[in-house]
Amino acid sequence: MPNIKIPTPLRPYTDNQSQVSVAGGTVGDALADLVNQYPDLRAHLFNGDELRNFVNVFLGDEDTRFLDGLNTDVESDDQLRIVPTIAGGS
Amino acid sequence: MLPLVNTVAELTNEEIKRYSRHLIMPEVGIDGQRKLKAASVLLIGTGGLGSPLALYLAAAGIGRIGLVDYDVVDETNLQRQVIHGESSVGVLKIESAKRRMLDINPHLQIDTYNVPLTSANALELFAPYDVIVDGTDNFPTRYLVNDACVKLGKPNVYGSIFRFEGQLSVFYAKEGPCYRCLFPTPPPPGLVPSCAEGGVLGILPGTIGTLQATEVIKLLLGIGEPMIGRMLLYDALEMSFTTLKLRKDPNCPVCGVPHDAVELIDYEQFCGMPAHDHSNYQSSNGAEIPVPEISVTKLKSRLDAGEDILILDVRDPHEWEIVSLPVANTLQIPKGDIQAAKNALLAGRKLRDESVLAQIPDDREIALLCRSGVRSAASIRFLWEAGYKNRLVNITGGILAWAEEVDPSMPQY
Repeated sequence: MPNIKIPTPLRPYTDNQSQVSVAGGTVGDALADLVNQYPDLRAHLFNGDELRNFVNVFLGDEDTRFLDGLNTDVESDDQLRIVPTIAGGS
Repeated sequence: MLPLVNTVAELTNEEIKRYSRHLIMPEVGIDGQRKLKAASVLLIGTGGLGSPLALYLAAAGIGRIGLVDYDVVDETNLQRQVIHGESSVGVLKIESAKRRMLDINPHLQIDTYNVPLTSANALELFAPYDVIVDGTDNFPTRYLVNDACVKLGKPNVYGSIFRFEGQLSVFYAKEGPCYRCLFPTPPPPGLVPSCAEGGVLGILPGTIGTLQATEVIKLLLGIGEPMIGRMLLYDALEMSFTTLKLRKDPNCPVCGVPHDAVELIDYEQFCGMPAHDHSNYQSSNGAEIPVPEISVTKLKSRLDAGEDILILDVRDPHEWEIVSLPVANTLQIPKGDIQAAKNALLAGRKLRDESVLAQIPDDREIALLCRSGVRSAASIRFLWEAGYKNRLVNITGGILAWAEEVDPSMPQY
């Protein structure tokens, strides 16, 4: 099953899991399974059915927005990653 | 990539000796070191990221370094802001940093700007410098730094940190994507905690700040592969470094238009949050009812008078261990749990009685507490959304204010 790497700011909503195995053949299916497993994540990732535009999902090292978005195919050994917006510096 | 600096400044014999470990490397050499002396770099922020940046760039011999910061050093900075020390507490950070930098290397010009960076002053401040380095701590300033760099055609060496995670990139719209290509809009206020709220490993800004300093030198000299079009993710707990490819968004609202057409906007309005604690920014969301506030002194006198007020401490459990209010009637439930319970209730997944909300009474006055008053105010809004109609008040300034004004023997963190 593909893996999704969860960044620190979102781990409070995944029982502090940093990796979650998900089912699904596309990025959209994988994210749907993720929020199905952890419903509190939904509001942080989606606005209705649309992925919020500050949420960046990478497949390997590629930004899925520049692949086929939520329709991008995902293989069972793929690594997905949600890249967080963080602003700390001081 | 071509070097950003093509002018050179002559080195004295003293400087040739000082920089000998650079001079004997062909990638730098005497010509490169002369370029570094002729170069200018502006550091936005002299805190966690700014500390290692300022130390190493000063030691490396960058001829002119500007520092933008309005803050003074306090004790909570010293866990990570290694350019400052105990003797600098209460001193302006730019002055403390300048002193240390000139001690490391007296052959430098250090420009200090004791101002918050704003849309009104950014272009003028950035103009004289070859490279801008973003070491700020908030979203409005990060968007401002990006947009001003795109407008002026300057590279923005970006670093950002949270807890055990860091990010590094070089946003240079002439050659690749900008910050907005990756993050077109900011997350809603309150979604991403700041380091003051979420904490940060003290060493983390050292790691990311020194990586930023490395990128600065590479850009100035035109050596190696700069992080343009790439982002490094660092996870200190896993000790993993991951590099992602970043693409230029042809529809980017900032770098997708001619650079002189870029207009700086009100970034506090854009992000819905203040950029710094000197800000006059107030949320303009007219529909938002202000949360009722109570001062710590008023709360103390009402508690002393025997009034029935429940304290709800919404900080995280590890913070309760540091210090708690000495009030018997205290309930401890983290903000995240209240938010999750509210979401589950509104989504129809859990009844009120099946979640932490069952512990929170809806028939008596509750004063909500956190470290500084931000998370407790947010928690009041969650409880309102969950249907609470009883009086909920926010303890202004949180437990820090209590330690400051009511019980100075309590530790502050």
